[in-house]
Amino acid sequence: MPQRHVVAAAGEIAAGGRKLVNVAGREIGIFNVAGDYYALANRCPHEGGSLCEGFVTGIARSDGPNDYRMERKGEFLRCPWHGWEFDIRTGQSWCDPQSVRIRQFAVKVEHGEDLVKGPYVAETFEVKLDGDYLVIEV
Amino acid sequence: MKLPGTGAIDCDVHIAMPPVKALLPFMSDYWQDQIVTRFIDRSSFAMTSYPPRSPLTGRADWREKSGASLPGSTPEHLRSQLLDPFGVDIAICHALHGGMALFNEDMGAEFCSAVNRWVAAEWLDREPRLRASILVHAQNPQLAVEEIERCAGDKRFVAVLLPVMGDSPLGRRIYWPIYEAAQKHGLSIAAHAGSTYRNPPTGVGWTSYQIEDYVSQSAAFQNLIVSFMAEGLFRKFPDITLVCLESGFTWMPTLLWRCAKTWRGVRAEVPWIDRNPAQIVRERVKLSLRPFDAPEDPAIIARIFEQIDCPEMLVFSTDYPHWQFDGEDALPDGLPSSLVGKILIDNPLAAFPRLREEKFDAPSLEKEAAP
Ligand code: FES
Repeated sequence: MPQRHVVAAAGEIAAGGRKLVNVAGREIGIFNVAGDYYALANRCPHEGGSLCEGFVTGIARSDGPNDYRMERKGEFLRCPWHGWEFDIRTGQSWCDPQSVRIRQFAVKVEHGEDLVKGPYVAETFEVKLDGDYLVIEV
Repeated sequence: MKLPGTGAIDCDVHIAMPPVKALLPFMSDYWQDQIVTRFIDRSSFAMTSYPPRSPLTGRADWREKSGASLPGSTPEHLRSQLLDPFGVDIAICHALHGGMALFNEDMGAEFCSAVNRWVAAEWLDREPRLRASILVHAQNPQLAVEEIERCAGDKRFVAVLLPVMGDSPLGRRIYWPIYEAAQKHGLSIAAHAGSTYRNPPTGVGWTSYQIEDYVSQSAAFQNLIVSFMAEGLFRKFPDITLVCLESGFTWMPTLLWRCAKTWRGVRAEVPWIDRNPAQIVRERVKLSLRPFDAPEDPAIIARIFEQIDCPEMLVFSTDYPHWQFDGEDALPDGLPSSLVGKILIDNPLAAFPRLREEKFDAPSLEKEAAP
């Protein structure tokens, strides 16, 4: 049975920021991309590198030699091991989106009042009735 | 194994380069004077890559006993040794003349132009099955373009010839005017084994022996393909086909794997490569059949073709008169039979768009192969 885990207070991760958490023995990176939250396994599908510690960046596009555009700034993650690029929003790799992707977990923002009705797990901090929290199911 | 019928298109044929004396009538008054009065005409202008007596340079039974002339010296040689016995419909000849490597750009360009005029007059006019590539002095792209423009009206020229190793990697932008002119006229880029010897043929320096020079050509072709791709040339010139001649091809699987793998990590540096580079190579690069560097076991050969995963890649070549096979066995044993028709006819037609413009009779190969 998947369990709900409270992993962060909503204000804790600023836009463009990230937080690495350990949930039920798994390392997961929580990302705030322009106000949307994403949770990704901190394990690169290539060779298992700590993907969520890589650069958060955009994707370089081009219409031909000598044409460089940086698009979708802040929406991509570059693995610190071999540099593969991943779309934070979908978990898909840029080089092979159909078959190489990062495991994703749904992130919900929930109100403290609703959370305390349970069941939930909050390993690292206390849930207050009047706060908003990020909750993932693992 | 023998060819299954007639109608093959031989994409790599060499005609022996003539003595300078034979080229003089195709040069301007000024250069005729210079070449003669400066005694430049005593040099053969043969490329170092093909020493005249090396077995690679000429198959023994294609050499004249007297040794009076090099194999492939006359259209009669070509007819009696290649075109007739092998039933070749079209043979594309490449003139590997030292003019392309001269340091004096004007003299180099004059030699290239004279060779092209000589090829048209002495070969193309005398044998209708022949086509040719345009020899250019690539180190001065502007002069190269002038020569391409001069020859382009003659549809028997189907490609621009470059040695696989020039002054710099040939994908660099300095050479782009050549590719622009080629694309404009529907000419392919024919990269042939060889070098202008500005740089050593290996990355670490000069070698001692011919075996080193010849084997290092495979690496040069890999460098060329990666240079074309990384510099974005395939994207910039969507109609250019790169045809690698005397390239060998059994090295291709590892090149495809390595390109695909490396690209994944360094893609942002070359964002114009917008998909798996292996796919781009499969679509834009052709390799010639000879030399065929594989063991004779058909299972191994089939495996290599599976790994290349592109039935369109290989084009037929005898590499005449270079010694790549014996007797009538123009096709290597173990070649997958399903590919033979493509290699002999379809792929060459795809490699050289100008051949498709001609009214090309239905390949006789199929007629003869049918029961
Ligand atoms: S482990 Fe992430 S790119 Fe290789």
